[in-house]
Amino acid sequence: MNDSALPTATATAAAPSATAPRRAARGAVRRAFHRVNRVGLASLAVLLFWLLAALLGPSLMSNGGSSLGDDAVFAPVSAAHWFGTDYLGRDVLARVVQGTRLTIGVALAATLLASGCGTLLALLAAASGRWIDAVLSRAVDTLTSVPGKMFALIMVAAFGSSLPTLILTAGIIYLPGAYRIARSLAVNIDAMDYVTVARARGEGRLYIMLHEILPNIVGPMLADLGLRFVYVVLLLASLSFLGLGVQPPAADWGSLVRENIGALPVGGAAIIMPALSIASLTIAVNLLIDNLPWRSGHEAH
Amino acid sequence: MGAPVTVSQLTVVAQGRAGEQAIVGNLSFSIAPGEVLALIGESGSGKTTTALALMGHARSGCRIAGGSIRIGDIDVLSLAPAATRRLRGCTVAYIAQSAAASFNPSRSIMDQVIEPARIHRLLSRTEAEAKAVALFRELALPDPEHIGARYPHQVSGGQLQRLMAAMALITDPQLVILDEPTTALDVTTQIEVLRAFRRVVRERRATAVYVSHDLAVVAQMADHILVLRDGTMRELGCTEQIIEAPRHEYTQSLLAAALPRQRTAGQASSTAQTQALLQVSELSAGYGQNVVLQDIDLKLYRGQAIGVIGESGSGKTTLARAIAGLMAPSKGRIRFDGQDLAPRLAQRSKEDLRRIQIVFQMADTALNPSQTVSSILARPLQFYRGLRGAALQARIDELLDLVQLPAALAQRLPGGLSGGQKQRVNLARALAAEPDLILCDEVTSALDTVVGAAVLDLMAQLRRELGVSYLFISHDLHTVRSVCDEIVVMQHGRKLAQVARADFERGPHHPYYELLARSVPELRRGWLDEVPAAAV
Repeated sequence: MNDSALPTATATAAAPSATAPRRAARGAVRRAFHRVNRVGLASLAVLLFWLLAALLGPSLMSNGGSSLGDDAVFAPVSAAHWFGTDYLGRDVLARVVQGTRLTIGVALAATLLASGCGTLLALLAAASGRWIDAVLSRAVDTLTSVPGKMFALIMVAAFGSSLPTLILTAGIIYLPGAYRIARSLAVNIDAMDYVTVARARGEGRLYIMLHEILPNIVGPMLADLGLRFVYVVLLLASLSFLGLGVQPPAADWGSLVRENIGALPVGGAAIIMPALSIASLTIAVNLLIDNLPWRSGHEAH
Repeated sequence: MGAPVTVSQLTVVAQGRAGEQAIVGNLSFSIAPGEVLALIGESGSGKTTTALALMGHARSGCRIAGGSIRIGDIDVLSLAPAATRRLRGCTVAYIAQSAAASFNPSRSIMDQVIEPARIHRLLSRTEAEAKAVALFRELALPDPEHIGARYPHQVSGGQLQRLMAAMALITDPQLVILDEPTTALDVTTQIEVLRAFRRVVRERRATAVYVSHDLAVVAQMADHILVLRDGTMRELGCTEQIIEAPRHEYTQSLLAAALPRQRTAGQASSTAQTQALLQVSELSAGYGQNVVLQDIDLKLYRGQAIGVIGESGSGKTTLARAIAGLMAPSKGRIRFDGQDLAPRLAQRSKEDLRRIQIVFQMADTALNPSQTVSSILARPLQFYRGLRGAALQARIDELLDLVQLPAALAQRLPGGLSGGQKQRVNLARALAAEPDLILCDEVTSALDTVVGAAVLDLMAQLRRELGVSYLFISHDLHTVRSVCDEIVVMQHGRKLAQVARADFERGPHHPYYELLARSVPELRRGWLDEVPAAAV
């Protein structure tokens, strides 16, 4: 490109102003928002709905999902009970909304644990090379070889079913996947000349991991975080369905499905609605990630 | 026999952030049958876009917005999709820059060479194979009968490029497009490939379009030259006129950048120092059993620039890596300013590391895409000098000024810089450490001629002003000659010869140096005919 002509044009454009970076950042957010297509916006709306339900739901639901109602068991959808009633005659909508916090909270904590630890270990492996890389990778391979649900059964059998155990279990099960992806990304970045330059400068391992490599893999890792969240939601729901997850009287969506399994022959809304909630959350997160603008064109900025 | 090509008012637009932007605007030219037209210009000038448009193709995100292209009696832009498919590979053939990337590694060469003829059902398999063998012979490929049975990784880069020409010519196209076909090759290989290309193009009297940024190469191949810049035609004329009497000032600047120029510090007195800044003795290095460097001796005085030249695989980059400490040598010593340097990075002191900096070829991969220019430059200043606050900011501005970049660039990410600007930031980062020695690994190879010349000028100026020394690694003798005081010639990991500036033009030299010197294309017609056949 023309070296001499470009700078003059930019010198005038970038007049020094304290608010310029903030305005630029806000503009970038708006641009990103505009570039999310309709499917992405719809999934974002569903996700926001569930997040709001998790945050505000329990205080809005005055009648409290655990109190026994006077209504019939497995009542169909009606004006009084939008989601019908469950096997004890309680309002299913209230139960679902109350379960949101548990479902999303536990899954989010487990996902952050899995992706965070996976990424950090991967950075360590990529920046250290040879020995540490080999040891870490083989250790993670070993974890992969244990079937996820089997591992969860063992953990619950050994330590009992508490929220920390569930979070830790799901975190460990999904760590290898995050590690593998982060490592392959990090190894590619590690081969870049700027990392070699940093190394030749005498930089320490931590600096190379956190300043040179991490910022360049954080985009794909965030996309992966979303997918991993979906897997964790499904794992926890199936554990609860098996009775190994969240224990009564607390209930996440998976345990709601299990509680109301009796509604299956009568076709009650009590079992369909929690199942639909699980589906809507996971599909929304999935579609949102697929339609994020920076995922396909990170370099286009 | 080729067909005449007429292009009129060709416009190609690209989808940009601010709507559509013309990347080729209103281009009109014609090529007589059997003539070779060269499209020349820097990267981004629209030369490849124009070449692709001749096949009725636009890269994704681009669109041919107007104009007409006629090849013989075919109107390319009004063809139906099926007819366009027939046009490509059949009437028009395309030879891309990197043959290595264009061949499928898991299929035999013969299968791929005859594929165009088979896809378009022009020849039976046996006929096609017989024709391919004839083409291999014509292109001076070794063992033409059997080379087709090999796989792409079993032949050299130059051979692969010629095999790709065979693939393009198998359907007897009326127009051949050659897109920088020799840019990725070593100079000695380039000569053979150019010769083979020119012979087949002449013998078949094919109409050809030759896309290149290298005027000297184009002067050997083309009858006419079209100079492009920013998607518009700057000058069109016959080859003699363009290289001898260019009319447009842009063509003149291209020619000026291509001509050899002295860029020395002009202070021979400083070499009077008795102690060398860098002394490499009997250095060997390699990967396991594979020896890449063998018994290298090298002396570099303060303020001197030494060029290391050799073809790919000669070990020149390994030499730089060993000096920088990125690769531990298996044998030998590296003395820096009178003291032995530890073989490994981890054993060297911060001060040792500061005094030797390395600048890489590809500015794209040498700058972290997620850090702004100012944070890229700030890090070495903080790391070595502990600068912070206003002093740090002042030094960053000073560095940008030193490499002739405006201070406003500091807040940009590398993605928003041009190739030449990136290479300047790359250089500024090395200068931030205030080193005594900068190892330059092919710093101008990825740049256009004009931009590369400006970077070389800058480097020469920095040497004069700051007194830094360079170890300048390149495969381009032309570049090395213009900046260096001495040239070290390497081949197969060994040092073959060392030539001082005073002796550049005076012989006799080592035969390999002579071969390299002869192989650099000269900017005049008929050079290719005069060069004796290379015997390596």
